[in-house]
Amino acid sequence: MLSKQEKELIIEIWTRLTPVADRIGAEALLRMFTSYPGTKTYFSHLDITPRSAHLLSHGQKIFLALAEGSKDIANLMTTLAPLQTYHAYQLRIQPSNFKLFSHCMIVTLACFMGDRFTPSLHAAMDKYLSAFSAVLGEKFR
Amino acid sequence: MVEWTEFERDTIKDIFSKIDYDVVGPAALTRCLVVYPWTRRYFGNFGALYNAEGIMGNEMVANHGKKVLHGLDRAVKNMDHIKESYCELSQLHSDQFHVDPDNFRLLADCLAIAIATQWGSAFTPDIQAAFQKFLSVVVFSLGSQYH
Repeated sequence: MLSKQEKELIIEIWTRLTPVADRIGAEALLRMFTSYPGTKTYFSHLDITPRSAHLLSHGQKIFLALAEGSKDIANLMTTLAPLQTYHAYQLRIQPSNFKLFSHCMIVTLACFMGDRFTPSLHAAMDKYLSAFSAVLGEKFR
Repeated sequence: MVEWTEFERDTIKDIFSKIDYDVVGPAALTRCLVVYPWTRRYFGNFGALYNAEGIMGNEMVANHGKKVLHGLDRAVKNMDHIKESYCELSQLHSDQFHVDPDNFRLLADCLAIAIATQWGSAFTPDIQAAFQKFLSVVVFSLGSQYH
């Protein structure tokens, strides 16, 4: 459950970081691939070496989806409907991996923001990413 | 037995030689109590932990955070025998404190994030991976004597 203040904080962060969406997204992915090598199995068709064009463009795609979802958290089911179908029926990613990515996105934000990534902001972001992941996995079965 | 690369051994020693225990310990425990509120159940005698402000200003939380971080020293000094090093502490957390061992994983994640906020880009993906591998061994060891 996100409070009004938490929702505003989340929108503010994603909006502020949109100019570096590709960098943030790519770094979160790279952290996930490095700490959890099993996650690389879903990307065997891409070049996911550091700073690769694929990594940057894929990172940007994920970041922008997270940013878009944050604008209307109450309606994540509607916003994410196409992505739900895609992840469930085509990508068929083991849903526990969403948690690993969420953790690495939070580490990335922590590195980027330093002390400005306060415990309260961390809590809000963790809740948002959990909600996003849960909705993303809704159609799996 | 866990196999460590030279990079991983050096990274763990480096991290623990550089971090300020008095800052990182409290920061990690504070984050855990704020982000995962159910963990407050284990600290009923610490006073008012109702909100982030209360937790962040709580001296008992800060002191306990330092204690917990120092609890990792034995693993740093004894990386080839981490499980054995934590037998007693594992029993304690199981039989006396009754802590759900899945919470160790949450605290470990918060510790990684606390260091990330301090180090910024110096907390590289490779360093994060080594640190998380180390923490996962400690977490496993702390849960190993539960029955």
